[in-house]
Amino acid sequence: MEKKLMIGNEAAARGLYEGGCRVASSYPGTPSTEITEFLAAYDDIYSEWAPNEKVAMEVAVGAAISGARSFCAMKHVGLNVAADPLFTASYTGINAGMVIAVADDPGMHSSQNEQDSRHYAKAAKVMMLEPSDSAECLSFAKAAYELSEQFDTPVILRLTTRIAHSRSLVATGERNDIGVKEYVKDPQKYVMMPAMAKGRHIVVEDRIAKQVEWAETTPMNRTEYHDTKIGIITSGICYQYAKEALGEKASYLKLGCVYPLPVKLIQEFAAKCDQVYVVEELDPFLEEHCKQIGISVIGKEAFTLQGEYFQSLVKKVILGEETKSISTDLDIPGRPPVLCAGCPHRGLFYALKKQKVTVSGDIGCYTLGALQPLGMIDTCVCMGASVSGLHGRNKADAENAKKSVAVIGDSTFMHSGVTGLINIAYNQSNSTVIILDNSITGMTGHQENPTTGKTIKGDPTTAVSLEKLAQAVGIDRVRVVDPYNLKETEEAIREELAAEEPSVIISRRPCALLKYVKHNPPLKVNADKCTGCKMCMKIGCPAISFKNGKSTIDFTQCVGCNVCTQLCRFNAIEEGK
Amino acid sequence: MNTKSIMIVGVGGQGTLLASRLLGSVLVDQGYDVKVSEVHGMSQRGGSVVTYVKYGDEVYSPLVEKGEADIILAFEQLEAARWLPYLKEGGAIVTNTQKMDPMPVVIGTAAYPEGILETIEETGVRLHAVDALSLAVEAGSSKAVNVVLMGVVASHMDFAEEVWKKAIRETVPSKFVEMNLKAFDLGYQSGK
Repeated sequence: MEKKLMIGNEAAARGLYEGGCRVASSYPGTPSTEITEFLAAYDDIYSEWAPNEKVAMEVAVGAAISGARSFCAMKHVGLNVAADPLFTASYTGINAGMVIAVADDPGMHSSQNEQDSRHYAKAAKVMMLEPSDSAECLSFAKAAYELSEQFDTPVILRLTTRIAHSRSLVATGERNDIGVKEYVKDPQKYVMMPAMAKGRHIVVEDRIAKQVEWAETTPMNRTEYHDTKIGIITSGICYQYAKEALGEKASYLKLGCVYPLPVKLIQEFAAKCDQVYVVEELDPFLEEHCKQIGISVIGKEAFTLQGEYFQSLVKKVILGEETKSISTDLDIPGRPPVLCAGCPHRGLFYALKKQKVTVSGDIGCYTLGALQPLGMIDTCVCMGASVSGLHGRNKADAENAKKSVAVIGDSTFMHSGVTGLINIAYNQSNSTVIILDNSITGMTGHQENPTTGKTIKGDPTTAVSLEKLAQAVGIDRVRVVDPYNLKETEEAIREELAAEEPSVIISRRPCALLKYVKHNPPLKVNADKCTGCKMCMKIGCPAISFKNGKSTIDFTQCVGCNVCTQLCRFNAIEEGK
Repeated sequence: MNTKSIMIVGVGGQGTLLASRLLGSVLVDQGYDVKVSEVHGMSQRGGSVVTYVKYGDEVYSPLVEKGEADIILAFEQLEAARWLPYLKEGGAIVTNTQKMDPMPVVIGTAAYPEGILETIEETGVRLHAVDALSLAVEAGSSKAVNVVLMGVVASHMDFAEEVWKKAIRETVPSKFVEMNLKAFDLGYQSGK
């Protein structure tokens, strides 16, 4: 059969499709986003972007109990949001299969922490599978539906960045559509009040015991015996690093199911190897299990708790070998990510900088406003925390309200900012909340959300009006500004900070990368007029640099937004053709 | 055969992902086991980006590390210098001569190093520097830098020209195919 190169997320989507998925609901989050985007391309599956991960998981639980194989996806921190339904869906079990994909981000390529989702599987007592390439993403996702129904439990598919975003070869198969199963009313199983939940907890513990039995013999957990001086217990991407580093110099126990873990299988493997290492990124999850069942292993005392692993790390730790590399004495400056040329957030942050305010920040592209030369984010904790955090700041000292704002994107506001705004209105803090409405979920790569008026498939739908929503929760001062207009934006901020009541400013301008956004011709610096004052450099636009005492604009990047033009006192920045 | 490693490095937004997709499909077409590792998300916003492409009989790790790359394709000079230690001894580095100031240089806290190409050449690696931006503009769009550079890399590899062109026709939207084929040709010729 012809094999195709797919990223893990595409292969997982294919596996879910083949496994008979009928309903999918997710919130975007790197590196999980593409699974649901690829699912949306299948007409046999109902798919949607939910406002947040908790809603998404509850949709999936509802669909599964009703009899349709269901799915939800999220990044690791999204599972924190969805933890509430997860822990109790473990008790109710499912009717038709339910699969949850969670993507961890070791090395934090695009995340605010490095949490290890495997703890959730153990804490919620939910089976977790971990593929180690795209082919396994497909086969494990497909198998997850069978396991879900066999054990009457949601099943988590755990990915990491290098699995989710690496392409490898995949052979596709046929869809197994089981239709919609009958729903039978069963309050003892589906209504989790104390009396019923006590009964279900017994079922959960019994289920885990059965899954451990299964884990002893499933082909998902497999041994590969070569030289037995070194034994490697591993899973996911770390299996690939170990194989590349050690080849046939070691034997392997590759665990495809990371919760619950087998006991006898691990003991037998360890007994055949002279020295056993556990190779796993993030926390010592497999290692602690090994130690608990009396196996002596080398784990985190030799490997790090931080960041991603690589084949060279395995080679260095286990074989003591290092690869030679070329070096030069060049002093190479870093290249951190930046707000794009033409980003509507830039003007807003510049206006905030002029007001010298403290900014309670949130999760999205605009978090990049924290970096120099703007440097206008003071805090960033989690989705929605800007709004609720600002209320806390203003309650700590009412004077703060005159010089503090919250900034939050349209999608993040829908996710969990609105609850914070309700709190501001209900508990009356004189807070100024700025919604950065760029008409899309930006950082994750342009997903629709409840404010954009389009579904995941691009079909028209109801759009939440941010203005009306803010008014409905009790905010009377709501105004809209164009962040490309610096004067208007500065005035709005100044006035709303001065107002003796809560206010919302909607800074509205679509993301410059959206296909429908028309760009102006690139701007040009008239070198005769440019005095080299560097005013235009203060906005940190990647299209503007300074050469030979003058500013210069890169025509490949400039989209003609004219924010820099408003800063130049010598009219040296001219419209292009 | 042993696994071969290619790295594509540049600045987020330069079109490195399309280049890795093209390369990946050419290698699959040639019957290799292939792994391509991309990074999506935050670093795509103007940060330093890297894509790894590995091929051979059986590929395990999708990552390329220091001293392992057979070829590095750099979309920007500073990125060529940054990732140079990943090149194998005797490896080849193809770089666009374009320079893009990173934010620390823009705001004056760091300097863009002088003499990058000379320094790379002094290390004894095979260096091929090309003004891909001018060639892309000549082909019809500054956005075709990625395909020009693929043309240069293709000239350093052993596959027939037609294999690459087939991949371009299959990967690029139809209205841009002609322009991209021209871009590829300009790159390919500059490499010969």
